[in-house]
Formats: sequence, structure tokens, C-alpha cells
Amino acid sequence: MTERTDDAPAAQGLGRRPAREGLQAPAAGRLGLRLPASVAGRLWELRSLSLVGVLVLLAIAGVVTSGGNFLSVSNVLNILVSSSIIGVVTVGMTFVIIGGGIDLSVGGLVALASVWATTLSSQQYGAWAMVVCALLVGMGAGLVNGLLIAYGRLVPFIVTLAMMVASRGLAEAMSGKKTQLVTVQSINNIATTNVFGIPLLVIIFAAVVLVGWIVLNRTTFGRRTFAVGGNTEAARLAGIDVRRHTALLYVLSGLCCGIAAIMIISLTTTGSSTHGDLYELDAIAAVIIGGTLLTGGKGTLVGSILGALVFTTVTNIFVLNNLASEVQNIAKGLIIVAAVLLQRRGTT
Amino acid sequence: MNALLTVTGLVKSFPGVRAVDGANLDVQEGEVHCLLGQNGAGKSTLIKVLSGAHKPDAGEISWRGSPVSFASPLAALRAGLATIYQELDLVDGLTVAENIFLGHEHSALGFSRRRAAAEAATALLSRLGHGEISPTRLVGSMSAAGKQIVSLARALSHNARLIVMDEPSAVLDSGEVDNLFRVIAQLTAQGVAIIYISHRLDEIRVVGDRVTVLKDGKTVASGLPAKSTPTADLVRLMTGRDTEYAFPARPAGQHTGRELLTVRDISRPGEFTGVSFTVHAGEIVGLAGLVGSGRSEIVETVYGARKPAAGQILVDGRRLRPGSVPAAVRAGMGLCPEERKSQGLLLYEAVYRNVSVSSLARYSRGGFVARSRELADVAKAIGDLDVRPSDPRRAVRTLSGGNQQKVVLARWLLRDCRLLILDEPTRGVDVGARGELYRLIRELAGSGVGVLLVSSEIPEVLGLADRVLVVRAGRLLHDGPAAQLTETAVLDMVMEGAAA
Repeated sequence: MTERTDDAPAAQGLGRRPAREGLQAPAAGRLGLRLPASVAGRLWELRSLSLVGVLVLLAIAGVVTSGGNFLSVSNVLNILVSSSIIGVVTVGMTFVIIGGGIDLSVGGLVALASVWATTLSSQQYGAWAMVVCALLVGMGAGLVNGLLIAYGRLVPFIVTLAMMVASRGLAEAMSGKKTQLVTVQSINNIATTNVFGIPLLVIIFAAVVLVGWIVLNRTTFGRRTFAVGGNTEAARLAGIDVRRHTALLYVLSGLCCGIAAIMIISLTTTGSSTHGDLYELDAIAAVIIGGTLLTGGKGTLVGSILGALVFTTVTNIFVLNNLASEVQNIAKGLIIVAAVLLQRRGTT
Repeated sequence: MNALLTVTGLVKSFPGVRAVDGANLDVQEGEVHCLLGQNGAGKSTLIKVLSGAHKPDAGEISWRGSPVSFASPLAALRAGLATIYQELDLVDGLTVAENIFLGHEHSALGFSRRRAAAEAATALLSRLGHGEISPTRLVGSMSAAGKQIVSLARALSHNARLIVMDEPSAVLDSGEVDNLFRVIAQLTAQGVAIIYISHRLDEIRVVGDRVTVLKDGKTVASGLPAKSTPTADLVRLMTGRDTEYAFPARPAGQHTGRELLTVRDISRPGEFTGVSFTVHAGEIVGLAGLVGSGRSEIVETVYGARKPAAGQILVDGRRLRPGSVPAAVRAGMGLCPEERKSQGLLLYEAVYRNVSVSSLARYSRGGFVARSRELADVAKAIGDLDVRPSDPRRAVRTLSGGNQQKVVLARWLLRDCRLLILDEPTRGVDVGARGELYRLIRELAGSGVGVLLVSSEIPEVLGLADRVLVVRAGRLLHDGPAAQLTETAVLDMVMEGAAA
């Protein structure tokens, strides 16, 4: 990942979430020991290493069961394309969960944004109007979530559960439960465009992850997210506007849903109230097996993304081997439990 | 009297620390044995080993004459050794009786026998002199003092022979402490022994029989008579210093600093009424009052964490937006809250992130955190306060109580805060670190910061503050120079409300 040049020296010395565990970064702190402490911090950061390990194991399983097919460039890109849409949603979800909340409405928001952006009246204004429409719908619904949670003092679980149901309902009402075909060619082309051999969807995914990583780890917004999620009362008494920040987190999640909606519209050349089905579960599962605390205050974006990749890879292997989707779901459930167990052993 | 518990040469290490390094302790039936020591002296680790929460690396524990090694807190409890921690482990949503018998309920075929449990609970509470507590009352609706009684009853329900109490008085006001001492007296009369841990030497005088002093994980003195050992000796054993409270000298003469904070007639129904006072630059104003007198509510309202129903708060003569912490912080206020862990610290995070959390805007370059500058400034701030260890990247939860308090102070130092509100700044801070905090607070005032100090320890308010406000039942009773007040006079006002 590229660093801003002026931040690079500090980043070198520090590690991203340094010294999170005191035992890993001993007090010494003098120059001689600074490097090891930071390396320990880095390693700790790569606690998601266990997930890399899981990915490697999966890759071996893929090669063993389907030989060259699995490792072919086209299949690897295929995995990345399949991860891209849920991956973008997972970025927003990671922010919300680290900030101490939960967003169950992401699937519904993807559906609503996809339908709203593909209505005939939206399509007639062209591609950019559709993009802006999807983003605004996502952010607007996210803002409603955020305002109800932060200023209406309602529980995130309940607010976003209501939004999950209502947004999909609204999507069904708008589309009359019909699949809306997209006739704007430039939108449909997004999914078929390759840049230097890499699908544009994967590039969008990578860009969202990169921006998300920078915001979470390098900006004051990211710092405040950790503070608000880790100890809301302390953050409030430290002078952080906790309510505004909380509301913004849900807007951010909604924005990610808007981006994901554009991607799914392009990939399927349709808008539909059935898009994004069960995305909330996949995204939350990815965040959790990525090592983020469900209670907030602690977590990494890299872990979440690896979590999403693990899921897609499992699906891919099962599809290559013509196994039924029931078996996939059982395997996914086992992976969630195994990953969390592994991490707990790593922390205590 | 017979030896109930004998500990010899106990050692317990954690990676990087020898928390207990040769501790000895002997407790006899029916005595109150006080455990003294600074924070980090190993008291907590010692009692965790005793209660079965940690396994010792070396040493012997003998319980009622035979060597034991408790595998878990439950095993210790079954053997008759109960521990009551500061954070009481009761379930708020259950009743008194349900809490007392949690884990060993009265039941028949899986159905709870509620009447039998209620009767047994009342019997246990009566043994503590509190038969009036209803066994069907929800624990969540009780005060900290009431919950402590329930915890004691729970210990008795396991036929405890020894009850370890970790700073039981920290959450109590002085009337409740007296009651606790009566309860302890009843227990010891029944042959139950108590290990009593407290930072307050005056309490140990009243309640204790014998004292064991720990320093750096070692027992430095044991079996001292609690009533007659001179304070100077105890303090010297704990710290190597000679006085319990070392207050820095007040600067001579009256304060000429300009008026920084003006509070005009603020009220919140049910909490406080018509409170007015001022704080000048460079002045330490102490707010004395019992728990529940409204003192914490008053400072939280000044800080914007609560919204006043009436009245005005002005900083530099400009009216502050009511009920907004960010507005108060922008105006130059800072708060070190009463509950350091739950209200002050970001426990998952490193020291530097805890210090800079209120100053992020200052280190923001287009939204990005300028981290080298941030780290350099934090390192300087924690260096100025002598936080130990001085590594800004250390996890904040590995620091001792006193150092954690300094981290919260450093947060406001970094912001160049002009009005510092300190709510119980020395709670859970050991004697040695207290003196240092007092000196730091005085130095801050010397540099022109106005300080509003809340404390339930009257000597602290009198010793540190320039001017003292006394609150009782939500009203300000007194406002005058600290030098003209005595501890008894303040105590009198706090308890009786006789205006001076």
C-alpha cells in the first residue's frame, strides 16, 4: 500500500496498531528495543496471519480437488470478482462494528439502491445520474439509520433491522417485484472492462479497501472511530462529538452499499429487489472472522477483507467440484466458529 | 485463636513482572487482618492467588492446618474462602435472594423454591445486622453499600471462614463505612476472619486487628498491631517516605488571577439547586461533599455532560452552550472523571492514543493524523508528568492506577487546557503516587490553570485547595478560603448542614 510521504517515517517506526498488547511490546522503549517492539506490533497486527493460513489451506484444497483449474489466472480473478461486491459492503461494516454498532440493513440498501438507480426515470439521465442516485440512496438511508441511532438513542440492532425490512420492501414496491433491465451501456460495461487484464470491479474493490484502510488508520476520523467504539463514555468526556460520529459511520456504511449497488447492477445488468440477499450476514461474518470485536473498539480492515476472501474461496472450490450449496453453508458455519476459536487462542 | 490461613514464600510471576515475590501472611480465626501496600505492591495478585484465580509459581498456602492449592475461585469458595472485589459481581436484574444463592440455588426437581430461599436469605442478612433488606428486592435498585451487604451474605451462604475485601470503602460515604465496620464486627464475633485491603490508614485504625505490609511483592512487616503502630512507621514501610499526605505549599497571598469560570445559579431538579461559584486562573477550588450530595452532578453539568435546567455557565465571561461537552472542551475545559476506567480511558489503546484523543483536531492535516508530531508532543507531556513507564506506545491498561490518572491528566496538558476539573483524582491511587499528583496539580495551577477539585476525602480538599466549596443535599453551603477551615468544621457542614 502506498503511504503519504510525510507519514511514511512515522508509519515505519510504529506499526499500525502498535503495542496493543503490553506483553508484546515490553516497556523498554529505548532505541535498541524499539524495532522489536514495533515488529511484535506488526506481527500482532497480522494476527490475521491465521486467516492467511486458512486461505493457503483452502488454496491447497482447491488445487488438490480441482487441479490446475483452481490456480488458473481466470479462476483467481473470478474469486476476486465474486468477493468484490460483498467486500465493499464489508469495508463499511468494519467501520460500523469497530465504532461499536452493527448494520443489518446493508443487503436491503444494496437492493433499494440498485432498484432506485435503474428505474426508467433514472436511466434516462444516463450513467452518471444512476451512479449518483445509487450513492445518494445508500447514504440517505444510512443517514436515517445514523440519526435514529445517534440522536434518537435507539439500539442499532433494532433500527437497522427495521431498515433492512423496510428498504427491501420499498425496493419491491418501486420495482413491482420485477427485475429492471439496464439499457445504459456504459454502466453494463463496468463489469466487462479490464484494465491491464484486471477486471474493473476488482479495481474498484481494491480502491475502496485502500481508501477505507487509510481513513481507518491514518485519519482523525479513524482514531475517533476506535475511541467511540472502545469506550463511548470516555470518548464523550474527552470532547468527541460521539453522536455526530456515530451517525457518520452509518452514512459511510450506506455509501459502501451504494457503491456495491452500482457494481451489482453492472454485473447482472439489472436492478432488483432481490439483490444483496443475506449480505448483512456475510459481511458481519467476514468482519468477525477477521478478528474485529463485535463490541467495538478493536479490529482491522485487512482482517475483514481476508474474511470475505475466505468465504468466496470456499464457495469457489465447492462450485468447481459441483458440490451442493447446502454443503457450502455448513462449511461456512464451521469456518466462522473455527476462525473465532483460533483467534481467541491467539489473544488469551 | 487458631491459624486459619498461612502463606509462606509465595511467588507469582507474569511475563516481565514478578508481581508477588516472597509474600508471607498469616490470618487467625475471627480477626480483621489488614493488607497494606502501594499500588503495584502485589496485593491484588496475592489475593487472586489466594482465591484460586491464579496459580502460584512457588510457596505454600496452608488452609485450616493443611496445605492446599485451589484450582478455581469456586474451589476456594467451597472451602470457605470468599473474595469480594471492588467491582461487585452481582447480577443487577436478579433479586437479593437470587443473587445470594446464585450457583447453589434452593431448588426441587429443577424448580426454584423461592420461599425457602427468601427465608434463608433473610437469615443470612440478619447475621449481618441487615434483616430489614427484602430478599425480593432487585439488586440493581440498591446502593453500592447495599450491594456490598448482599455480597457478604453471598459469602456467608457458602459458609465462608475467611472473607477477603478489596477496598470495600472506596465506593461508600462515611456513614456507610461506619455501618460496614459494624457488619465486620458482627462477622468477626461469629469467628469469621476478614482480610481488609484499603488505602485509608484511618480506617485500618478503626477496623483492623493486625497489619501485614507488602512492598514490591514482598512482605516487609507482618502481624503489626493495627491500632497502635504509628502511622509514620506504616507509611515508611510502604513507601520509604515519612508522611501520609504531602501537600505542596500554597503560594503566598491572595489570588489575583482573572475570573475564568463563572457559574450562575445553575439547577437540575432532584440533583442540585441554585449553585453559583467562580474559579480564577491559577486557583484550586475544592468541592467537598458526600457521595450523593450532588457534587459530581454539579461538575458534570459545568463540563456540559449534563444540561442545566436553569442558570448560566460562563468561561472568560462568555456564555457556554449548555449541555455540550465539545463546547466546554473548546472553551478550554478538561475533565478527569471519577471512574477512570469506565469514563476516562480507552483501555484497548496505547498511551499516546489516550493522550491525544482530545487534541486530534490539532494534529489533523487535512484529516490525516500527523503522527510524528503527535508522538513527540505526547512523549513530552507524559515526560513532564513522569508517567512510568514513559513509553507512549505502551498499552494503557498495563499501567498502574496512578500512572493511568497521569495519562488522563496528560490528555488535557496536551491541549493547553485552562480549566481542569478533577473528580476524585486520587481514588485508587497509592500514597506515594498521591503526593506526586498533588504536586503536579499545584504546579499546573502555578502555571495559570484554574482547577476545580472534587474529593470525598476532606483532608485532600483542605490540604490542596485554595478555596473550598461545601455541598450538601444539592445546595452550596459554604464558599471560603481553605486556610480558615478545619476538617471537623467541614465534616460538620457536610453531615449536618450547619452553615458556618
